[in-house]
Amino acid sequence: MLYYTGKRLLMMVPLIFGITLITFLVIHLAPGGPVEVQTEMSTKVSAQARENLKRLYGLDKPLHEQYIDWIKRFVKFDFGTSFVDGRSVSRKILERIPITLIINVLSILLILSVAIPIGVMSAVKQYSAFDKVSTVFVFIGYSTPSFWLALLLMIFFGVQLGVLPISGFQSIDVSGMNLFERLLNWAKHLVLPVSISAFGGLAGMSRYSRSSMLEVIRQDYIRTARAKGLPERTVVLRHAFRNALMPIVTILGLMVPALIGGSVIFETIFAIPGMGKLFYESTMARDYPTVMGILVIGALLTLIGNLIADISYALVDPRIRVRGKEA
Amino acid sequence: MRLSTVTWRRFKRNRLAFAGAVVVLALITIALGAPAIAPYEPTAIDLHNVLSPPSAEHPFGTDDLGRDVLSRMIYGSRISLSVGFVAVGIAISIGIIIGSLAGYYGGILDSVLMRFVDIMLTIPTFFLMLTVIAIVEPSIWTIMIVIGVTGWMDVARLVRAEFLTLKQRDFVLAAKTSGAGNLRTIFRHILPNALSPVFVAATFGVAGAILVESALSFLGLGVQPPNPSWGSILTTGKDYIEVSWWLSLYPGLAILITVLSYNLVGEGLRDALDPRLWETEGP
Repeated sequence: MLYYTGKRLLMMVPLIFGITLITFLVIHLAPGGPVEVQTEMSTKVSAQARENLKRLYGLDKPLHEQYIDWIKRFVKFDFGTSFVDGRSVSRKILERIPITLIINVLSILLILSVAIPIGVMSAVKQYSAFDKVSTVFVFIGYSTPSFWLALLLMIFFGVQLGVLPISGFQSIDVSGMNLFERLLNWAKHLVLPVSISAFGGLAGMSRYSRSSMLEVIRQDYIRTARAKGLPERTVVLRHAFRNALMPIVTILGLMVPALIGGSVIFETIFAIPGMGKLFYESTMARDYPTVMGILVIGALLTLIGNLIADISYALVDPRIRVRGKEA
Repeated sequence: MRLSTVTWRRFKRNRLAFAGAVVVLALITIALGAPAIAPYEPTAIDLHNVLSPPSAEHPFGTDDLGRDVLSRMIYGSRISLSVGFVAVGIAISIGIIIGSLAGYYGGILDSVLMRFVDIMLTIPTFFLMLTVIAIVEPSIWTIMIVIGVTGWMDVARLVRAEFLTLKQRDFVLAAKTSGAGNLRTIFRHILPNALSPVFVAATFGVAGAILVESALSFLGLGVQPPNPSWGSILTTGKDYIEVSWWLSLYPGLAILITVLSYNLVGEGLRDALDPRLWETEGP
């Protein structure tokens, strides 16, 4: 197991290198550098002042030197200082990341607890009314723009009924509340964002669980289990479901980038001060160090998600570990 | 019987997919005939009729500048459609080239290209798109290119997988022995046989691209005003969320119906093209 984990970790190194390279190139090869943005407001800015700005940010050096400088600092998680307010980028990201992670973890839990039962149920009762209805909902779910659903829910629960707040993650007067009131306040603020963030994954995940489960149910050992007279419950839950779970774990790892990317949308809509909103604001301000930092952090989070998925996959499936050793 | 005839027969039998295809055709007609169909000019400002709710004159109401929402939505269908098709065209071209090179040549080239695919799949696509759009001026062209350039990885993997099996088949050997060069073998002999899964992926791709375009326009990074897009009407809807529900409801419904139709067509195509599902009746 240790061998597999080590090998898997080593495979990440070239990936990380590639990610940083692409991030760096995308930002620096694009026309309209950061200097143009800061100076375009007034045409009176002299060529001299422009040069000074460039030197301040190291933009006058050749590209490869800039990249090496950036990598050297990147290893120490030093992404430089923000163009906007001069604060450390890693500190800015660290401040914003917890709320984004909390919402994403909550929505993953929501996806798992809703989508897997639906998928398993429709597979076990394939072509039943339940299967057909859930298939229709999956298709509609796939096709619904989540930000639109967010607007509708805001209109319904926030404006019409007035039962849920439609922006922020806590009320302004939160400091005057006791612990219980605070938790309730947070929960109220998070209901809509978490549901919206989970929504996109729900359809996909229930579809995957269904097909994964269907695949397993056709196997011979399921027939054997039924033939030897085990109760259907045991066959489904102990024999089929456990094996169907493995591909689901992998899919979960692959869903991480979409979830993180989606945080831009729901954090902007619900005015939640997380990493997604920071990213949106930074791209609008062309705050390159912050943009690069979040891009890389987002990719790292994805890598970690995949790693956890792969390792748990290997933990439950001995074939993976063994094959890893032979190769 | 020709493969396309069989596919069409099977596709027609799937009622949902057929309905999806009808809606898609209707949407294409609306987009092409927008000037004839739209009751008002999409950019005509009427400050006496600001934010008026749906009525006989304005079936879907008016926006904050008194513009007719229905007319803006009809013109907005042009944006969705063109972004969907062009972006997917770009994605498929890149995916086919990378996938066939990797699958055909194998070896180091394959490893390098597939690691590149892995890297692209790891970077949150939405972040990458936002970055590029913020750097370059946002426009309909930027959006098409960005969605295309960040969306080719699945196609590349599909094409590569097809190539890996197809290149070992006898007809490829026959082509090579009769003197076909590598490029000719790839594009004339193998690729046409690898295209069915690409068609399916392309149909789903159009649906995905329309969703992404609407999200980007919603964030103000897409089609720029005063040009109408379904996503940007929804932005106005968010600004006036407490007073004008019609600005939020109708454009989103349009997106939902369009995307749903493409997805249904894609699902129908996949079933129709899957030989494993033919067994019951035979082609």
